[in-house]
Amino acid sequence: MSDLISQNLNMIFKTPKGETVHALKDLNFTLKKGELLTVLGPSGCGKTTLLNITAGFIKPTSGSITLNNKEIDGPGVERGMVFQQGALFEWLTVAENVNFGLRMKKEDPVETQKKVDEWLEIVGLKGFGNTPTYQLSGGMQQRVALARCLINNPDLILMDEPLGALDALTREKMQSLVLKIWKETGKTIILITHSVEEALLLGERLYVMAPRPGRIHKEYNLPFASMGLKEDLREIKKNKDFSQKREEILEMIWNMEEEIMGKDN
Amino acid sequence: MLTQILTFLIFFAVVGCILYGRRLIRTEKVDAVFGNPERALGGTHWVIVGSSFLLLIWLYYSWDIAKGFYPKSANELCQVAKVNDSLLGLKYQFPIEEREFKSTSQIKKENKNLKLIQNEIQNSEELNSQQKTILISYISKTNQLIPLLTNKDLLEIETQLKIDDITGKINLLTENFQKPDYPFETEQEFNKRMKAVNEEGGWGITKVDAGSGSIENTLEVPLVPATYKGLKFHAAAQELNLISDEFFKLRNHNPQFKSRIKELKEEIKSYRKDLSDSEEVASTYAKNIVKIARRIEFASIYPPNSLDKMQAAIIKFDNAQKKEQGGLRLIDIFLFPAGTIVASGPSCSEQGSGRWLPKPSDTFNKFILMSKPSVGYKDIPLLWIQMVDVSKMIGFILPDWIADVLPGEYPVHTKEGIVKQNFKGGVLKIVTGDFNLFKVPVPYGHIWDSFLRVFLGLVFGILIGVPLGLFMGLNRFAKGFFDPLIELYRPVPPLAWAPLIISVLGIDNTGKVFLLFMVSLSIMIISARAGASGTQLSKIHAAHSLGASKKQILRHVIFPNSLPEILTGIRVAVGMCWGTLVAAEFLAGTTGIGFVENVAKKYFQYEVIWITIFIMGMLGLLFDVTLRKIIDKTIPWRGKG
Repeated sequence: MSDLISQNLNMIFKTPKGETVHALKDLNFTLKKGELLTVLGPSGCGKTTLLNITAGFIKPTSGSITLNNKEIDGPGVERGMVFQQGALFEWLTVAENVNFGLRMKKEDPVETQKKVDEWLEIVGLKGFGNTPTYQLSGGMQQRVALARCLINNPDLILMDEPLGALDALTREKMQSLVLKIWKETGKTIILITHSVEEALLLGERLYVMAPRPGRIHKEYNLPFASMGLKEDLREIKKNKDFSQKREEILEMIWNMEEEIMGKDN
Repeated sequence: MLTQILTFLIFFAVVGCILYGRRLIRTEKVDAVFGNPERALGGTHWVIVGSSFLLLIWLYYSWDIAKGFYPKSANELCQVAKVNDSLLGLKYQFPIEEREFKSTSQIKKENKNLKLIQNEIQNSEELNSQQKTILISYISKTNQLIPLLTNKDLLEIETQLKIDDITGKINLLTENFQKPDYPFETEQEFNKRMKAVNEEGGWGITKVDAGSGSIENTLEVPLVPATYKGLKFHAAAQELNLISDEFFKLRNHNPQFKSRIKELKEEIKSYRKDLSDSEEVASTYAKNIVKIARRIEFASIYPPNSLDKMQAAIIKFDNAQKKEQGGLRLIDIFLFPAGTIVASGPSCSEQGSGRWLPKPSDTFNKFILMSKPSVGYKDIPLLWIQMVDVSKMIGFILPDWIADVLPGEYPVHTKEGIVKQNFKGGVLKIVTGDFNLFKVPVPYGHIWDSFLRVFLGLVFGILIGVPLGLFMGLNRFAKGFFDPLIELYRPVPPLAWAPLIISVLGIDNTGKVFLLFMVSLSIMIISARAGASGTQLSKIHAAHSLGASKKQILRHVIFPNSLPEILTGIRVAVGMCWGTLVAAEFLAGTTGIGFVENVAKKYFQYEVIWITIFIMGMLGLLFDVTLRKIIDKTIPWRGKG
C-alpha cells in the first residue's frame, strides 16, 4: 500500500488581525499509487495549503495525512515538489541544479553524472548541462525543475501550478511532457492548476475545491489523461464530452467566485 | 617644454575630433529620434574633446601656459611690480588714479572732523559754558592753520626749489629710462647678477631638502631681474624709491605756520594741565583737537598748483614705463587669469588661481620626484619595496606563548658561563623570529599603508560581519540579541568614534584598522542580513524537499543567494572605509596618504595636496573597478534570475 491517505484534515490560520481562516475543513481522500490527481478551484480554496501540508512545509491543525502508512512530518525526499516559477538556483548550471539532491546526499559523482544526462534527455534538454539557468526560457526552466525533482526518484510528485507562467504553446508541449513522464515513471502526481482545460487534460482524477472553508466540492474520474497518451492533446479538446465537462466546471467555479464576491460586499 | 607640447597636442586633438564628429553626423544615414537613449552611445571623440578642454582650463588657470610659453614673464612682471610700488606713493598725491589731490581730500577730511567735534562740544551737557568757549576757540585756531599752508605767497623759496629739484630728477629718470642702454651695467655687475639669478632658481622651481629628503616649497616667482628688460625696471624702481623718500621728507612748514602751531599746542597743553580730574571730558576734547592739528601738520598740504610740474613729470614717467612694458602687458592681462603677479607688489608672489591651482607641469615634476623612493615624503616613499626576512613574519604571526606551554624549562647558563640550547629554547627562537631565513620583497610606503588599512579593516569586517549578518537574518535570537548593539553604534558617524579609538588603540595601524573594521562591520551585517532574509521561500522549500540539511541549505542556497547583496555591501563599505581612513589619517598618524595631505596643508604645498587628491581618486577608482570585475565574475546571474 503506497497510497496517500488524508483523514479529517483541518487547517486553521490566524491572520495578523486576529481573524481565523478555515483554509481546509475535514479533508478526506485517498490517492492510489500511480494516480494523477489535478486540483482545481477559485483562489483561496486551500489548494496550495493542501500541497504545502503534503510536502511537509506546514503542519495541519488536526487530522492526519500519511504516505505509505507513514505520517508526513516535515519535508522529505520521497515527496518531490515543482514550483510555479521553477525556483531554480540561478547561481548553478542546469546540470548542477538537476544533481542538487544527489549532491546533497553525497552520491557517487560518476553515477550522478549518468543520471543527470539521462534525465536531461528525457525532459528534452540534452546538451544544456553547462548552461547557466538564468539564460534559459521559462519552459526550459520548468523542464529543469522537473528533472531536478525526478532524479531523486520520489514516490509522490507535487506540482504547484507548474505551467501557470508559460505561454500557450510552451504550455501545451509541457502538458505532453508531464503525461509522458507520468506514463514512463508511473509516479503518483498531484498537480494544482488554475486552468480548467489543463485540469481536465492531465487529471486521471480531478477535485474541484470550494473556498471558505476549503473543501472538496466535486470529484471527477476522467478518461482524457489516458487518451492524451495516445492522441494529440488538441484533438481531445475538440471532444464533445470534454467541452461539456469544461463548461460544467467553469460554471461551478464561476458560481463560487460570485458567492465570494457577494459575501465580501 | 612639456606644457608647450601638451598645448599643441590638445589643440590638434580638439580640432581633429570636432572635424571627425561633424563628418560623422553628416555621413550617418539614420539619426535616432530625440529622446532615444541610443543617441548617447559611442562618441569617444567627444570624450577626447571634453577631457582636452578640462586639461586646457587647468593649464590656463594655473598659469602653466604663461609659464610654458613665456617662462621669463613672471620675473619681468615682478620688476614691473617693483616700479609700480615705488611710484604708488607719489602718484597718490595727485589726481592720477584718484579723484582729487591728496591735499584737497586731507583738508576736506579735517574740516569735517573739526565740525563734528564742534557740534559735539556745543551739544554736550557735561561741559560748562566756559569750557565750551575755550574749546571752540581752539577749534577755530586749528581751522585757521590750513590757509597758512595753502597760501602760495607764504610758500618758502627753499621748499619750492626742492620741489623743482625732485621734478627735475623724475624728468631725468624718464629720459634715461627710454634710452636703450639704461641702466649701464659693468661686466662685473652683470656676472654678479647672473650668479644671484642662478642661485635663486627659476619660476616655481622644486628643490629637495638635502637634510630630510623631503620636498621643500620654494619661492614662487624669482625676485632678482634675470633679463635686461627686467633690470631696466628694477633700476628705475630703485631710483624712484630714493626720489619718493626725498619728497616725503619735505615739509611745507613756513615760519608763520610753525609759530602758530607751536602756540596752539602749548596753549592747549597748559589748559589741560590746569584742568582738574572732574573735568576729564573737556581734557579729552582738547586732546582730540591737538590730534587734528598734528595731522594737518604732517599731511603734506601744499598750495594749489604748486605741484603741477611734478604731476606732469610723474604722468610722463608712468606713460613711459607702461610703453616700455610692451607685450608684457598683454601677457599679464591674457595669460594670468584670475589674478596677477603685479598686484602682489615687490614681494612677487602668485595671486589668484595661480596660487592654489598648481601648474600641471610642476605637479607632474613633483610627483615624479616624490615617487622616487629616496625622496618620498617625510622620509617615507609613496610606494616601494623592502626586503624582509621571512623569519620576522613568522615571529610576528606565531604567538610567543607556544614556547611557554611546552614541557621543560628554558636553558640556564652553566657555571662556565655557557648557555646550552635546548628544545624549548629553540622553539622560543622560532616563535620570536630570532633566526635567519631567506628574504622576500614586501611593499611599504604611504600608499601601501593606506591600502593595507582599508584592506584589513574590510577583511575583518567581512569575516565577522557576513556570518553574523546571515545568522541574524535567519535566527530570531541572533537578530534580537545583536540588533540593539549594532543599531546603537551604526548611526554614529565613524569619525565620531575616531578620537576615542585612536586614544585607546594608538595612532598607528591598530586604531585605524579597528575604526575601519567598525565601519565595514555594520555595512556587511546589514547587507548579509538583507540577503539572507530576502531568500525566496520557494527556493528553500525546493532545497528541503530535495533532501538538503539545514547546514547544506545555508551553504548551498542562502549564502549564494545573498552574494549579490553581500558584494554590493562590500562595494559600499570600500567607499565608506576609504573616506573614513583619509579623515582618520588627518586626525593622527605618521604615514598614509591622508597624513601626507595634512602635512602638505601645513606648509602650503599645493602641488602635494593635489597629488594626494589625485592618488586617492585613482586608488578609489582602482578599488571600485576591481570590485566591479569581481562582481561581474562571481554573480553573473544578478538581476536576471
